Amino acid sequence: MRLTVLQSALASILAATAFGAGPAHAEKTKFEFWYGLSGDLGERVQDACKKFNDMQADYEIVCTSQNSYDTTLQNTIAAYRAKKQPAITQIYDAGTLDMMLSGAFVPAKKLMADNGYTIDWTNYFSGIANYYATAGGELNSFPFNSSTAMFYYNVDAFQKAGIDFKPETWEEVEEAARKLKAAGFDCPLGFNFDTWQMMEQFSAIHNQPIATQGNGYQGLDAELVFNKTKFVDHVKFFKKMVDEKLFVVKTKQLGMDIVPAFTSQTCQMIQTSIADHGTIGKTLPEGVKWEVAMLPVWKGTQRQNSLVGGASLWVMAGRPEAEYKGASAFLNFLATPEMAQWWSTVTGYIPVTKTGFEAMKANGFYDKAPYKGRELAIASLTYTPTSQNTRGIRLGGFTQVRKEVSTALEAIFMQNADVQAELDQAADRSNAVLRRFEKTYAGQKLN
Amino acid sequence: MEKRAVFKSWWLPILFALPQILLILLFFYWPAIAVMKWAFTLEPPFGGVAEFVGLTNFDEVFADPFYWNSVAVSLIFALCGTCFTILVGLVLAIAVDRRLPGSGLFRFLYILPYAIAGPAAGMAFRFILSPERGLMASVNAAFPDFWNPAKYGAHALILVIVIFAWKWTGYTFIFLLAGLQSVPRSLTEAAAMDGAGPIRRAIDIQVPLLAPTLFFLLVIMMTEGFVGSDTFGIVHSTTGGGPNHGTEVMVFRIVDEAFKGLNYSGASAQSIVLIGLIMLFTFIQFRFIEKRVHYK
Repeated sequence: MRLTVLQSALASILAATAFGAGPAHAEKTKFEFWYGLSGDLGERVQDACKKFNDMQADYEIVCTSQNSYDTTLQNTIAAYRAKKQPAITQIYDAGTLDMMLSGAFVPAKKLMADNGYTIDWTNYFSGIANYYATAGGELNSFPFNSSTAMFYYNVDAFQKAGIDFKPETWEEVEEAARKLKAAGFDCPLGFNFDTWQMMEQFSAIHNQPIATQGNGYQGLDAELVFNKTKFVDHVKFFKKMVDEKLFVVKTKQLGMDIVPAFTSQTCQMIQTSIADHGTIGKTLPEGVKWEVAMLPVWKGTQRQNSLVGGASLWVMAGRPEAEYKGASAFLNFLATPEMAQWWSTVTGYIPVTKTGFEAMKANGFYDKAPYKGRELAIASLTYTPTSQNTRGIRLGGFTQVRKEVSTALEAIFMQNADVQAELDQAADRSNAVLRRFEKTYAGQKLN
Repeated sequence: MEKRAVFKSWWLPILFALPQILLILLFFYWPAIAVMKWAFTLEPPFGGVAEFVGLTNFDEVFADPFYWNSVAVSLIFALCGTCFTILVGLVLAIAVDRRLPGSGLFRFLYILPYAIAGPAAGMAFRFILSPERGLMASVNAAFPDFWNPAKYGAHALILVIVIFAWKWTGYTFIFLLAGLQSVPRSLTEAAAMDGAGPIRRAIDIQVPLLAPTLFFLLVIMMTEGFVGSDTFGIVHSTTGGGPNHGTEVMVFRIVDEAFKGLNYSGASAQSIVLIGLIMLFTFIQFRFIEKRVHYK
């Protein structure tokens, strides 16, 4: 872990010295970009930085991985307090409100207007933009790596078990699970305690609130209500399936997380991010047939759009003017259709603009085998216009809320705790987090 | 003969001590003062105006059942860790003190784990004691779910205590061995001639004479178990405080609350309670146990 930071620091120093040694180059404006992706995805960010640096002569972006989303937020806060913040930082969905109220950033629209770029903000998919915009629709940060949750299943296993339908409802998932079990598959569906797919995405597509006040968009006094919605029945259903050994818990702590469980063909169905589409395609042995679909809904549900996940890029306040010129050039560069397409191809993340998506569709990108199915993520995100419950989640300290819910799920599935009691407790504890947040930012208003 | 350095000027000793004083001010008192301030205010993560809230942060901490859970987990962890490291260290020290062939090698081997960082030890034991692949896999095959730290809080707590004890036994061992070697040979030899066996000699002569060392280790190990950096490192790298708060020791909870929850004020309040607890323990140990320790 530490090694990669060192390596990248070393690499940037080397790059800088090598560059400084070059003759007749004007002084470039350097600025920093911190990001939370690591591993393969982190490498792709480095590629993007290199492309930018190679392309122009005025700026140099120094990109440093902070290893994970939460450490990026923590380090950004620490750096800001010490007045050493990077010009651009990548903050995950759950940190959006913390950033919005921080007063520590330059709003996206202002930055671009100040530096002479005209961006068509309506070009962003509204489901994506709304997550990072003010209630009035002004973007605060730049959507960058966006994803949504999808349903993956092993077609070979389905055929062996004699399943001749695509599971679109949870009733069908149950039926498929029973058939898979009967055909000798030990783990028909694998899942973990990540609340993003299980609670947030489920609630959105079923048009269920997670919190009052439009999931927090209308005020800091929102209260969590996930313990009173369809989500409770959904957890009870999962519990029943686990008891019948049709659904199986797969976590890192138990030795195998859901994506490896699917790619090793241990489990035949999982729900995970579209960002894993690339990894799954690369890791499954050649010849294994698999499909991706939109998340199932309960029968009779009017499906709604799913929520965007991933992270966005925030430009931090308090940097020298020259760095903002560089930062806006970089953000403009990322938004070009070519870069959007490149990024979407090498990762699995979806294009965030309508023109980017149209261009990729026109190229026939989604018709080819390794990328086929990824367009369903866009279909899921844009299934309906956003409603109060599907616009996004705007709650303070949301990382802590997620943790409370996943601890409750852990207790329910691992220790047989009572579903309603655990979720009630998680909601109470999460509400305490919100109240503290409200007090910390007393007098501030959501914009 | 006594040797004493005499400084002719008053400023020279201060100059020598200055780096140390500055370091302590910078890395201990400054953060400590910030924590004191934050504990009584609501500190916004990005800075800005922090409102004074009196004891509210403490009220919230004490009203939280999981806080008391972490106090209990910490107590069990520190007590078991202390007992294990001291008892096993004592047995090993007595064995090496016998000067059997190879004791030099064992002295080296026993101290070795102390040099390994907590998180590294944690990662290693995660594999060694993994329910599916490690040493316990065959036991689990015969008795399903006999050992599963990912599922049962008690198992997870045993796991982290074992790692802690494995790491720190070498430390207690070295102190106890040094202590044993200062016990006059004539005493044990006389006892041996009177017909006392090795166990009797250990109980009646060696251990009582080791009392100051044992007391010192008791205080050190309790403190280490409660607030030591290894405690956090081990828990963080193996169980992450789970399952279901089963291994959430106080230090882990503080870090989690501060950096995951961005609740700097609540974490500061917890830190102050933790410091208070450590002071209380140390006081109790000195007040009641030290009385029974006889220094020469």
